[in-house]
Amino acid sequence: MGGHSDASLPVRTGFLGWLNKRLPVDSFVKNQLTDYYAPKNFNIWYFFGSLALFVLVMQLVSGIFLTMHYKVGEATAFDSVEYIMREVPYGWLLRYLHSTGASAFFIVVYLHMFRAMLYGSYKAPRELLWLFGMVIYLALMAEAFMGYVLPWGNMSFWGAQVIVNLFGTIPVIGPGLVEWIRGDYGIADATLNRFFSLHVVAVPLILLLMVMLHLVALHETGSNNPDGIEINDNKGKDGKPLDGIPFHPYYTVKDIFGVGVFLTAFCFVVFFMPTFGGIFLEKPNFEMANAMSTPEHIAPVWYFTPFYAILRAVPDQQLGALAMALSIVCLVVLPWLDRSPVRSTRYRGWIWKLALALFVVSFVALGYLGLEPPSPLYTLLARIFAVIYFSFFVFMPFYTKVDPVKPLPARVSYDHG
Amino acid sequence: MVYDAAVFRHEPISMSDPSGAALHGSPPSTEAVDNSRRGFLVQATAAAGALGAAFAAVPFIASWSPSERARAMGAPVELDVSKIEPGQMVTLTWRKQAIYVVHRTPEMVSSLPGHDGQLKDPASKASEQPAYATNAKRTVRDEFLVVIGNCTHLGCLPKARFEQAQPELGADWPGGFFCPCHGSRFDLAGRVFQGSPASVNLRIPPYSFSSDSQLVIGKDDTAQGAA
Repeated sequence: MGGHSDASLPVRTGFLGWLNKRLPVDSFVKNQLTDYYAPKNFNIWYFFGSLALFVLVMQLVSGIFLTMHYKVGEATAFDSVEYIMREVPYGWLLRYLHSTGASAFFIVVYLHMFRAMLYGSYKAPRELLWLFGMVIYLALMAEAFMGYVLPWGNMSFWGAQVIVNLFGTIPVIGPGLVEWIRGDYGIADATLNRFFSLHVVAVPLILLLMVMLHLVALHETGSNNPDGIEINDNKGKDGKPLDGIPFHPYYTVKDIFGVGVFLTAFCFVVFFMPTFGGIFLEKPNFEMANAMSTPEHIAPVWYFTPFYAILRAVPDQQLGALAMALSIVCLVVLPWLDRSPVRSTRYRGWIWKLALALFVVSFVALGYLGLEPPSPLYTLLARIFAVIYFSFFVFMPFYTKVDPVKPLPARVSYDHG
Repeated sequence: MVYDAAVFRHEPISMSDPSGAALHGSPPSTEAVDNSRRGFLVQATAAAGALGAAFAAVPFIASWSPSERARAMGAPVELDVSKIEPGQMVTLTWRKQAIYVVHRTPEMVSSLPGHDGQLKDPASKASEQPAYATNAKRTVRDEFLVVIGNCTHLGCLPKARFEQAQPELGADWPGGFFCPCHGSRFDLAGRVFQGSPASVNLRIPPYSFSSDSQLVIGKDDTAQGAA
């Protein structure tokens, strides 16, 4: 890095001098925090990236401590979770922090992703940043699914049964693939053990690596902002962007405030409604896994239900699984579907605003329908919303081209609140 | 520090040179580098490495397959069908899957062809079953239906709804199975109704009767312990 020769770095003697000759601490802090400029006009939507990082750390810490008491295995897993809840000092708190943290992670990540759609943050030159984010999202889904299996409740078991069988719909290799994933002729001890290994070791390592790449890519391009214009286009005499401020101390302080607000709401749920009315922790999961008894109504945890509703809406097994997979792939290729010359919704026309609003409504509606048992009316509604969901992506290359955009401002603005 | 290309080309280095100029100070050689040879060696090394990595991955991937113990636990199971009353169903497990054994009444059997028009695969052409169960009743003996209970959609267990004309299943419901997970419906031969998310009929395991009343699941005459 060659940071030692930089005249703007503090002159260090003693231990810090010794350290900085061997590790670029000062130059890293300068390049990535105190001299890293972020746009001045960040709004409330810009809290969720740092919150996602905070929740990740919280999940890692609570997960490490849960692993000290949890006993993997089909004969011991369910009992050990009850043991954590009843007999381990503060075990209930560790578990509720972790289970509520899983839902909080998805709330924060969905809002973070919506922010990117609202202000076009996935558009060039930030496509790779978006792709790293999508890999994080996919890893997070795998992590959450496998974590949900570990308590070995009846919903854990049947959820695993349904999700693993989705791979069985792949032509030719499907049945063999399913047996390979399970390691037995059904969801069994072998399945639970490998999910434990993936949940506590493999996927967290992938998540940490991808978060690091996400941040490196972010610091290379710099943050987008609610106006969707580049702050580096307007630099002062000192070469610093006029519409930027150093990340530290300005945004570190802002993000710490955000963490405080988040923890207030989060702790309320942890202490007063940890099951969140059966949405964060489902009732059948307080009963041990039973291969001979399917719960009356199987629904995945809320963060998967929009995709699950799409799966159920299609009256064909393979096409349903394909539609579900495509509904996630659509998000991945978003940067190449959007042909609008502007990034931010603020300067886009009515067509984009209508499309985005319809997308949000269909996503939320599908999420609700996925939680409910199937009925003819709900199936019809799920089909309508699934069509809207896919239309948002399929027609995007066309409607973003003809959408009447407004002229972009030269500098960032504040009058949008 | 920059190494001189000469080091890699094995050119003679003077060992009597105390200053090490041959290593550090000599000007770059003007001798041409054979790029095609270098490219070939790089690609050959990469290919050999990739092949080795693929071989090394085999044990790790294979370790996920069912273990010897899991395979041994998949041995055939037996059931005395004489104890099942007509119109009743018994559930047992074989290879972690629920096996439904239904003692069908003569009325149940005779009602089967009546709704072929409402089925996705009435002749079980696209469905999975042994050859001896690929018939209109999907059985070896008409009165005993033996099916793998797990729904062919995503593996939930359909509920037995043998009574006809149930309120939530419609006035023309002929009796059968209803999956509470995703709403798939099957008749009393495990054949899927149109409008279900499942595409094929319930699977039929290999089975045989070792005596008049003894049903063996997982073992038949065509292949020992097959499936």
